Amino acid sequence: MPTILAVTEQRDGALRKVSLEVVSAARTLADALGAEVHALVLASGAVSGAEQLGAHGADKVLAVTHADFARYSPDGFAATVAEQGKGAAAIVFAATATGRDLAPRVAAKLGAGLATDATELAVDGGKIVATRPVYGGKALQKVRLEAAPAIVSIRPNTVPATASAKAGVMEPVAAPAFTARVTVTGIKAAASAALDVAEAPVVVSGGRGLREPEQFKLLEDLAAAFGNAAVGASRAVVDAGWREHGAQVGQTGKTVSPNLYVAVGISGAIQHLAGMRTARTIVAINRDKDAPIFKVADYGVVGDLFEILPRLTAEVKTARGD
Amino acid sequence: MKIAVCLKRVPDTTAKIAIAAGGAGIDEAGLKFVPNPYDEFALEEALKLKEAAGAGETVVYSLGGDAVQETLRTALAMGMDRAVHLQGTGSADPLEVARALAAELAGGGYDLILFGKLAVDDYNHAVGPMVAEILGLPCITAISALTIAGGTASAEREVEGGLEQVTCPLPAVLTCDKGLNSPRLPSLKGIMAAKKKPLDVKPAAVTAGRVSVVGLTLPPERKAGRIVGEGADAVPELVRLLRDEAKVL
Repeated sequence: MPTILAVTEQRDGALRKVSLEVVSAARTLADALGAEVHALVLASGAVSGAEQLGAHGADKVLAVTHADFARYSPDGFAATVAEQGKGAAAIVFAATATGRDLAPRVAAKLGAGLATDATELAVDGGKIVATRPVYGGKALQKVRLEAAPAIVSIRPNTVPATASAKAGVMEPVAAPAFTARVTVTGIKAAASAALDVAEAPVVVSGGRGLREPEQFKLLEDLAAAFGNAAVGASRAVVDAGWREHGAQVGQTGKTVSPNLYVAVGISGAIQHLAGMRTARTIVAINRDKDAPIFKVADYGVVGDLFEILPRLTAEVKTARGD
Repeated sequence: MKIAVCLKRVPDTTAKIAIAAGGAGIDEAGLKFVPNPYDEFALEEALKLKEAAGAGETVVYSLGGDAVQETLRTALAMGMDRAVHLQGTGSADPLEVARALAAELAGGGYDLILFGKLAVDDYNHAVGPMVAEILGLPCITAISALTIAGGTASAEREVEGGLEQVTCPLPAVLTCDKGLNSPRLPSLKGIMAAKKKPLDVKPAAVTAGRVSVVGLTLPPERKAGRIVGEGADAVPELVRLLRDEAKVL
């Protein structure tokens, strides 16, 4: 039976949420192709949450344990995934910092076709067709992968994690021999909130309308009220040095698809709109009722953000029962 | 220090995109093209590293039609020493682009080969690490800080919720993210000098590969939203809508 290899990610010994989305996407492909899903777990020891992989559609869970795999090992991971994926019909990654680094290496090792950052996968005539935002989200490209293995990465929050009970039989697998030339020596925690704008279910973003960097405190308070929110920023304020570049939403920053995107004091330049228009619900708060951001917003509030934000933070807290 | 930078010519990020007849590509008529913004970080880093080393050579490569020569001249005006135009068409398969570039870069004796972390047109994040695999070189992607010392590159790259600190020996391939530096603008003197710098044209063979574009469409328009109200008094209604209608609270 052909296999679909789902490449999962863990951090600090816990399976990352996006990996359930990867396994779910692999399951959908496998059902269309009459294939099995093998979930690949790369770690230095046991990974908590790996038992959920079966519940989300993995027939087998291939556990590769190696002392170097406590952190990401580009050379070791690429060698392992290529080894396990060489006969597969498809290999599915998450389009995360790790997946974006790893998928092209594996594609080059296997001489395989690659479609990155897909937001939708389908099977047409036995071949995988990936829909992927290009030009920073200004257009959607559909590409067909003509040969096996077809390598795809899916953008976080775009393919839902879906329950599909399969055996999820755990099978230990040895890592192939590799030379680790690239070494991750440490991870510095981000200075700002731990949630990343590309992954958070709620993103509250600020622009020039906040007038000065200190006023982002208002957005951090709102993000804290939501509890599951990251703070994003427009290109203008990142280029001005108010916020870290990692927070930038737009064509030269991150393209995000959260459940809720709140744009505060952001007029809505075309390259910003491209990066957030796939959010499920968009709220815009701006003093200029003609700002382009209102054209993509589901709900708009016109007015002074310095009056609106504290009230919104308080009401969100109340609504969430804090 | 001998450094190569691979550069792509892309539509300006402030430009609106229209779909060409045939529905698989964009309408390039009247579109302004610029150097890929992430590649500008690679160019700036190459220039800074050469300046710090006090010696070396910086070479910029671009694959595409004749129009890429204008983009290469911009890189020369920023200060790159020479340019190579690989004449050919691109491919939807990043591996084919990587193979064409790698064939040219192999044997170049480069200490570093730099790319942008992605091209803002096709968003692949792929050609840099693929070139590294083909050439058998170590690779660090999406770096936002870099130190070179004693034949080792030490870099930082953004991961979800933090910064990975990564090292590898040279020669290496690095792909550059925002935050690495502030790219310089070409000076008038640089623009004049660029006209006299060498720009070699070589044919590049790019085959179609394993990826076919079957369609390009504009994203669906979002349905018209509504203005909930004005000022802080609109907030309770907004929160009610988020809770009861959008169900995101």
